[in-house]
Amino acid sequence: MKFPNINLDNLKNEGTASVTEKERRKFLKLGLAICGVYAGGKILSLNSLVATAQASGGGSDLVKKYPYNPHYSMVIRQSMCIDCEKCVDACNKTNHVPEYGYRTRILTKKYTGTLDRQVEFIPVLCNHCNSPACVRACPTVATYKDPVTGIVRMDSKRCIGCKTCILACPYDARYFDANRHAIDKCDFCWEERLSKGETQTACSSACPTGARTFGNLTDPDNIVFKLVHQIEEQVWVLRPSDDTKPNIFYMKGNMRSVDNILKGQKFKTT
Amino acid sequence: MYKFVMGILAITALAGAAVGVHGFFVGYHHVYGVTKQIPWGLLISTYIFCVVTSTGLCIISSIGHVFGGEAFMPIAKRAVFMSIMFMLGGFCIIFFDIENPFRMAIWNVISPNFSSNMWWMGTLYGAYLVFMIIEYYFLLDQNHSLSRLMGFLGLVVGIAAHSNLGGIFGMLHGRPFWYGPYLPIYFIFSAAMSGGCAILFFTCLGWKINPEIMNQRMERAIKAITQVTIFLISTIIFFTIWKIVTGMVSEGKHLIIMSFLTGDYAINFWVFEVFLGMILPLFLLFKSQGKNYNLILTATGLMMVGIFFMRYDIVIPGQMESVYHSLGVVEESSLLPYTPSFHEIMASVFGLAFIGFVYLAGEKMLNGHQLEKHEIVPEGGYICPGCGAVHYMEEGESVEDAMKRHHKIW
Repeated sequence: MKFPNINLDNLKNEGTASVTEKERRKFLKLGLAICGVYAGGKILSLNSLVATAQASGGGSDLVKKYPYNPHYSMVIRQSMCIDCEKCVDACNKTNHVPEYGYRTRILTKKYTGTLDRQVEFIPVLCNHCNSPACVRACPTVATYKDPVTGIVRMDSKRCIGCKTCILACPYDARYFDANRHAIDKCDFCWEERLSKGETQTACSSACPTGARTFGNLTDPDNIVFKLVHQIEEQVWVLRPSDDTKPNIFYMKGNMRSVDNILKGQKFKTT
Repeated sequence: MYKFVMGILAITALAGAAVGVHGFFVGYHHVYGVTKQIPWGLLISTYIFCVVTSTGLCIISSIGHVFGGEAFMPIAKRAVFMSIMFMLGGFCIIFFDIENPFRMAIWNVISPNFSSNMWWMGTLYGAYLVFMIIEYYFLLDQNHSLSRLMGFLGLVVGIAAHSNLGGIFGMLHGRPFWYGPYLPIYFIFSAAMSGGCAILFFTCLGWKINPEIMNQRMERAIKAITQVTIFLISTIIFFTIWKIVTGMVSEGKHLIIMSFLTGDYAINFWVFEVFLGMILPLFLLFKSQGKNYNLILTATGLMMVGIFFMRYDIVIPGQMESVYHSLGVVEESSLLPYTPSFHEIMASVFGLAFIGFVYLAGEKMLNGHQLEKHEIVPEGGYICPGCGAVHYMEEGESVEDAMKRHHKIW
């Protein structure tokens, strides 16, 4: 192939006067399409998943502002979960969950024909979405988004037990508790721990491997912030198409890059 | 026979209520078949069956006494009466499904969530019931302009309430089988079909109880409603075909659609929903030509059973696929099971037996919902031998002249 020999250093500046408006528009359009801005920044932007997932939304960049403070969130490092179920036991005990219900559980995903792992465990719980479908569905405002912490909480006395929220929730995070006479769900241990001064949920403090990391997404020093705001390892959320802007983030979490980011910070500190 | 059936229905309703109350006190989670992942069961589907029929009766009867469709007028009283009773029956059933029904009365009022379909459902159906009761009062009171106004308001609120019921399902993001504008639209057409079916069924049954209710105008009404019902069944067949065809290529619906076609719900779908609910009644109603009341009674009776399954096939299958199914996890790889428990069946039977009982009582106590003499043939009018409608003679006109004038025969 023959390349034209252009001496860039000696080129004369032609100015913009000679560029027609049509040409200018064409050029800008091309630039927009390439940058991904044209498509709302969702198609080409590397960080799009995190941005879609997070609350404050808008824009294609990593979101640095969050609507709550502390903006409680959990990052689940999937590869570290060993299905010991200590988190489930701790949750049941702390929050008095009856045997027919659950606030959190661990799902199993099996693979065949893979070289490294044949099984993966996926802890699931309430995603404390920023656009919670359950809150919209509740006829009596018995479930609501806490204006300070962003935790999706229950006001049990208002619950009429219509069970619409159970079906509205895309994360299967709700059940009817006959003892409370109301729907029960994960509240990031607000009632039993956080409101009493603790900084960790029962599940995250019971986790022996650090698969569940709980913290404040508004604090740049927080482990949760650090895990979400790195680009080396992919971070995703479950069922992003439901557009509920969940606050539980998932990643494999076993790469050295993550360790470097944490710089020796213990996974359970806040 | 009449008293015997009344007695059976009364005992069944009481037994159903007793079992329901027992469930209420021991706790529903001990006695109901619903689970954490399938929280809406038989009670919700029976409730929907009742309110769909109620709205449908309102829609069909409004053609006559709200919009002036002459042929539909004679069914108004029975239709509005049954519409109220189906609504009450539905409320009886949902009372046993809502875990804290007494809280509902308080918090729905003092803590409303205007963006919740469920809140609107309670409010709109409440308003609908009030309008229908006032309308019925004016119908009995012979105040036709006010009953017409109330009928119109009842219709508007009823349509809003009922499409909103479809909206409850249609606005649940995580449930692809329900999600979208299909159900609110389907619910309205489906209600009209149920209404046509129900009024044919209850009128022909009323004719069995008291043959006197059939007169020339009623015969004409039956014929007209049969025609409308045939049209509406065809519409629902069209809806059903497209639900299946589009569902087969949708990732979120495919499993459920296949369970209709070849899986656990195949009998529900093919035998009850399609054959008893649509194909057979369509054929029988055609065959009856709107004149053979025994055939209409059989057709619509079977259709009511089919429609019951249609509602069940909306509510339960929508929940069968777990929200985590698409994640490919072992726990949620298959469809979730649900079987109605004895308590759920009895609580549903309570509502249905109540409707049956008040229907029978109404047929006798309200004189077969017959119109007053002057409503059938008002002063100065006569029944046209040609079309069966009421015509009015002008002064000095003969019957024949009036008919010619009405039908523009010169």
